[in-house]
Amino acid sequence: MRILGISGSLRRDSHNTSLLRAAAMSLPSGVELELFDGLGDLPHYNADIDEDPAPEAVARLREAIAGADGVLVATPEFNGSIPGVLKNALDWASRPFPDNALRGMPVAVVGASTGLFGAVWAQAEVRKVLQTIGADVIDSELPVGQAHVAFGDDGHLADAGMRHALEGLVAVLATRAGAAEAMAI
Amino acid sequence: MSITLQQVPTDTYTADPVHSSFGFGVRYNGVATFRSSFDKVDAQLADRVLTGSADVRSIVIDEPRFKGHLLADDFFDVENTPTITFRSTDIRLAEDGTAELDGDLTIRGVTKPVTAKGTFAVGGDAFGNDRIGLEVQTTVDRREFGLNWQMTKPDGSEALAYDVTISAELQLVKQA
Repeated sequence: MRILGISGSLRRDSHNTSLLRAAAMSLPSGVELELFDGLGDLPHYNADIDEDPAPEAVARLREAIAGADGVLVATPEFNGSIPGVLKNALDWASRPFPDNALRGMPVAVVGASTGLFGAVWAQAEVRKVLQTIGADVIDSELPVGQAHVAFGDDGHLADAGMRHALEGLVAVLATRAGAAEAMAI
Repeated sequence: MSITLQQVPTDTYTADPVHSSFGFGVRYNGVATFRSSFDKVDAQLADRVLTGSADVRSIVIDEPRFKGHLLADDFFDVENTPTITFRSTDIRLAEDGTAELDGDLTIRGVTKPVTAKGTFAVGGDAFGNDRIGLEVQTTVDRREFGLNWQMTKPDGSEALAYDVTISAELQLVKQA
């Protein structure tokens, strides 16, 4: 089973990409997580270029989502909300509507920020956007605050409670993704 | 146990900065507690009055944006009020080692009376100095001092508690 990880940060040493890597080390057996690395290549959404065939970077995103059994989004928080680069990707992924790659796709959302609250507002808004798109959104959050000190040298979340929460959330995602995969067969 | 009030010394004592700190703790997300302290603090006991101050800019937070937010107008407004001060109005020391301080606490330019409670100990150190150790804490509503920042979380709860626990740990050294 394959989970696609989408980090909403393009930064080289992104805490949210670190969070996805921590999630990759916490997966149930038989599940792998692939990090999508093409977010920065996407053009700004423009209906004039939203045609068939799609721009190459857009096609890559849609194919990566369509080829996954579930999606794990890690979002930073900019001014209390979703970073533009992530919203742009979700807008592209939502097209064509309603038969888009995210429709019915099990998706979980996590987030990290260097403040106290772990991108909790951005996570809520990402879930809202994903629900509008038609994804099967897991109604749970994982706010990793003070992200600059949240990870141990081994890449795992340093706090045991947070580590278990992440394991629990990806286990729920994998179960939901497994159920979706079984239905597809 | 009977509690006997101890005489507050009339000598002058000043804080050993290495072994003294002012800290605070505040709950966030309902369950977790954020704690920090001020690195540059000063305190003196003279004429039976304890005075203390903390340099707000010395708040111990290593993430610059997070620190910047706490120093900004949403919280401490460090540009206009760079110092937190305390001045005691009454000190009560009991034989069982408990201490109570009444005093005026000034944060963000607003002065409010507070009562801090804790413990004290008197003794000499390895260098032959007379020392007083004092550990006290109090809880204030940060809104009384104008630190009003709040955000409503997606679940409707408040992100950051209003009650803040303030603690002082002082090692006061008798001056010659």
